[in-house]
Amino acid sequence: MINKIVSSLAAAVADVHDGATVMIGGFGTAGMPSELIDALIEQGARDLTIVNNNAGNGDTGLAALLKARRVRKIICSFPRQADSYVFDGLYRAGEIELEVVPQGNLACRIEAAGAGLGAIFTPTGYGTLLAEGKETREINGRHYVLEMPIHADFALIKAHKGDRWGNLVYRKTARNFGPIMARAAACTIAQVSEVVELGELDPEVVITPGIFVKRVVPLGGSTPTATA
Amino acid sequence: MKRLDRKQIAARVARDIPEGAYVNLGIGAPTLIANFLPKDREIFLHSENGLLGMGPAPAPGQEDPELINAGKQPVTLLTGGCYFHHGDSFAMMRGGHLDICVLGAFQVSASGDLANWHTGAPDAIPAVGGAMDLAIGAKQVFVMMDHQTKSGESKIVPVCTYPLTGIGCVNRIYTDLAVIDVTPQGLRVLEMVEGMTLDELRAISGVPLEMAA
Repeated sequence: MINKIVSSLAAAVADVHDGATVMIGGFGTAGMPSELIDALIEQGARDLTIVNNNAGNGDTGLAALLKARRVRKIICSFPRQADSYVFDGLYRAGEIELEVVPQGNLACRIEAAGAGLGAIFTPTGYGTLLAEGKETREINGRHYVLEMPIHADFALIKAHKGDRWGNLVYRKTARNFGPIMARAAACTIAQVSEVVELGELDPEVVITPGIFVKRVVPLGGSTPTATA
Repeated sequence: MKRLDRKQIAARVARDIPEGAYVNLGIGAPTLIANFLPKDREIFLHSENGLLGMGPAPAPGQEDPELINAGKQPVTLLTGGCYFHHGDSFAMMRGGHLDICVLGAFQVSASGDLANWHTGAPDAIPAVGGAMDLAIGAKQVFVMMDHQTKSGESKIVPVCTYPLTGIGCVNRIYTDLAVIDVTPQGLRVLEMVEGMTLDELRAISGVPLEMAA
């Protein structure tokens, strides 16, 4: 019987290795898998490359991972926020590498990885600092920049409900990067508010098909199909 | 001559947003426009973090941390609105599906280049978000900004000196002094505030300006 349910957060992130590229879902704190991040801090992997829209808020979640000095490089679109002081301090001290990517290019580079594309030509960023040194091409009179896919070893995402086959649905704007990151990582780990029996998720509204998900970790509550 | 305040500029932009338009209002001053959209028009507000049909801020106590806008503020969803992931959201933007986006700006050039993401200061932490996607993706890009900096320099310039967000992407500029179209023939003034003359506007703008035909 296929069972992707892992009842322990620690077990779910046990094999994240030093130097791994880890996508972390969320837009600000909406959709951020804070419990999985806490487990990753506990687990101890370091020298990580993190892919997220932002660079942490306050002292929790991604900011706590940065504060624990586990991150070598962050790839994101909008690091600077009112409460990104952990990142700001590390960046100004030269202790973290930053790759700033226009938000839509971040999204489509992640999508390209998940879809098996070699690269993409995007009009976003053409003629700007963020396209410097990149190959460009004119197609039908419009200018495009060649951008490479972003693959990851792991994706940590937050979903609303999941089943033992890994099918997921999300909640409101917490969906954001979850579905596209799930496709771009070799191992996608989803924390969910609720595990449901197979068949309970309407197949017409499943957002992430289980093929893209390796592990589903329920947060709290009883989980009839949990094994570990 | 009386300059418009932020709310008055927002109200002026709102008048030009038609029934049925799919619209993204950028973070900052453009967000104010939502308060002035005519109640008798159905207008779809898009927020790049993944919703269409965005409603106003919730009543105190009704905030949901998983229902936010691109500025990470709590919002509501109108009946008929929907959620989607970032791939879909940026396809709406980059793919030319939005009718209008309204952005703030540091500078706009006479040819419609936009600079609004980075001052270029060496100690600034660069952060771009969705600015570059909005700038090149919407069918019409409106800029809403003060005409001049606090020190009195024109923000409409021959060539942007700040790092660019997009090239030739701005269609119309709404300032506290005028409404100006960017056309292949140059900048064309549609309106000026009461008491302002074209020569006065030219004197403080530092770029060639003509009245629209």
